[in-house]
Amino acid sequence: MDFDALTGTSGEWLRGTGPDADIVVSSRVRLARNLAQFPFLSRADDSVKSELESLLRSKVEGLNLGSRLNYVNVNTLESLDRQFLVERQLISPEHAESHGSRGVGISEGENVSLMINEEDHLRIQVLRSGLALDECWEEINRIDDSLEQEVTYAFSERLGYLTACPTNVGTGIRVSVMLHLPALVLTKEIQKVFQALQKISLAVRGLYGERSQAMGDFYQISNQVTLGKSEEKLIATLKDVVPNIVSYERRVRNALVEENRQSLHDQISRAYGILQNAQTISSEETMHLLSSVRMGINLGLIDDLEIPTVNELFIHTQPAHLQKLRHEHLESADRNIARATFLRQRLSNRDTERN
Amino acid sequence: MKKCRRCSKPATLHITDIREGVAHELHLCETCAHEYLNNAGSELPQSAEESEPFALKGTEDPDELEQLDQVVCQNCGISFREFRSQGRLGCPHDYIAFEAELIPLLENIHGDTQHCGKFPKRAPDASQRQYRLIKLRNELRNAVGQEDYEDAARLRDEIQELEQGIEGSETE
Ligand SMILES: [Zn+2]
Ligand SMILES: [Zn+2]
Repeated sequence: MDFDALTGTSGEWLRGTGPDADIVVSSRVRLARNLAQFPFLSRADDSVKSELESLLRSKVEGLNLGSRLNYVNVNTLESLDRQFLVERQLISPEHAESHGSRGVGISEGENVSLMINEEDHLRIQVLRSGLALDECWEEINRIDDSLEQEVTYAFSERLGYLTACPTNVGTGIRVSVMLHLPALVLTKEIQKVFQALQKISLAVRGLYGERSQAMGDFYQISNQVTLGKSEEKLIATLKDVVPNIVSYERRVRNALVEENRQSLHDQISRAYGILQNAQTISSEETMHLLSSVRMGINLGLIDDLEIPTVNELFIHTQPAHLQKLRHEHLESADRNIARATFLRQRLSNRDTERN
Repeated sequence: MKKCRRCSKPATLHITDIREGVAHELHLCETCAHEYLNNAGSELPQSAEESEPFALKGTEDPDELEQLDQVVCQNCGISFREFRSQGRLGCPHDYIAFEAELIPLLENIHGDTQHCGKFPKRAPDASQRQYRLIKLRNELRNAVGQEDYEDAARLRDEIQELEQGIEGSETE
């Protein structure tokens, strides 16, 4: 896989298409699966891990996904490249940081990734732009069905798919949507959303999963329970609740515009101005300002920038992407300068830059 | 010195945030702490599960806990104590080996203990054979660790034989 070529592109799931894509950035379904005849990874030594990897790799490469699949050996990857895959949401931070034989199969367009030797032997993930959970489930279910023809999953009638961590046992599914909720954050209404979600056992996480803080006003909402409810039921729970949050965010955005259009417009234009002109800028500030700009586009307050471009900037201004782009290792202070340069190029004189 | 949880500057302020009676320690630099205190509303909630997922509720008796911890899976060799400390099981058979301990825990996490949802269309055949493979792999690991290469070679042959048996029955 040519990572350098990827620095100029982004996954299809960032295209900003699909239902409610102004607020629902992406939908994701992942399945945790283990092979019945192997120990889980905590009890697997190097030789078992490499046996697992070569077995699963051959099955993954044999899949018919309708597009080419690239297999990446994560174990031999440099840490910058591993971080690069994390930033693109193709592997988890845990997969990047763990040790021993492991890898990931990535579809063209980056909608499908199959992680081998993560916490479980196999983690399948399907990503889509916008609110598209049914489509994600259909696709991942099909992939799971074809793998099941080839391997024997660890499964029990009572407890379902057996996983390394009891929090995933049963369906082994995590259904999630990534929401952009700047107005709810700005007005602190977001706390009410958290409380309501906790009551119905849905989890809220930041952009990069379990351990990350909410960055750029992005929140991932997902099921916590995996045992005792069917995949369809778990998807339906999310599909029921997401439109409520989306319309809540829209309502608050409209109220903000009505109450004080000028000050909101001012704030958004200033954010845009900083991004176009800064000489040095941290990742945190970039995320924060891009979030304002993203909302500004959706409200029609910025009209010379497209949502897919902003979506892409959230990813392309992350540390590993910047360093890949510059082909050099950069310390934090240098990254901040490189980030500002990159943003100026992408956001100023955009018509001439394109040529 | 601890690093700030949000950026990576040195943390100078240590905030104890109490939410629903549970204390969370936050280590922040001055800038981030200032922002946090002004902006407490957008902080991600931390669920009880994330802070201590495998606390054994209802098992107060230390002797009983001690006994529970001693239970060992015969296939992969993990003890219940090891599971509790690392939060990860050792093999699929642990769900049977630790059943008595795990069921209340699953009830606690999921509110249910019966799978309802997808099942492999090809019902997995005799899981006994799968568990035997895990056991042999564990013995192999120990043999290699003790540099007992004669045993290791014998175990490898046995694993290979059993694997082929499984593949043969799967393609039937
Ligand atoms: Zn800080
Ligand atoms: Zn075991």
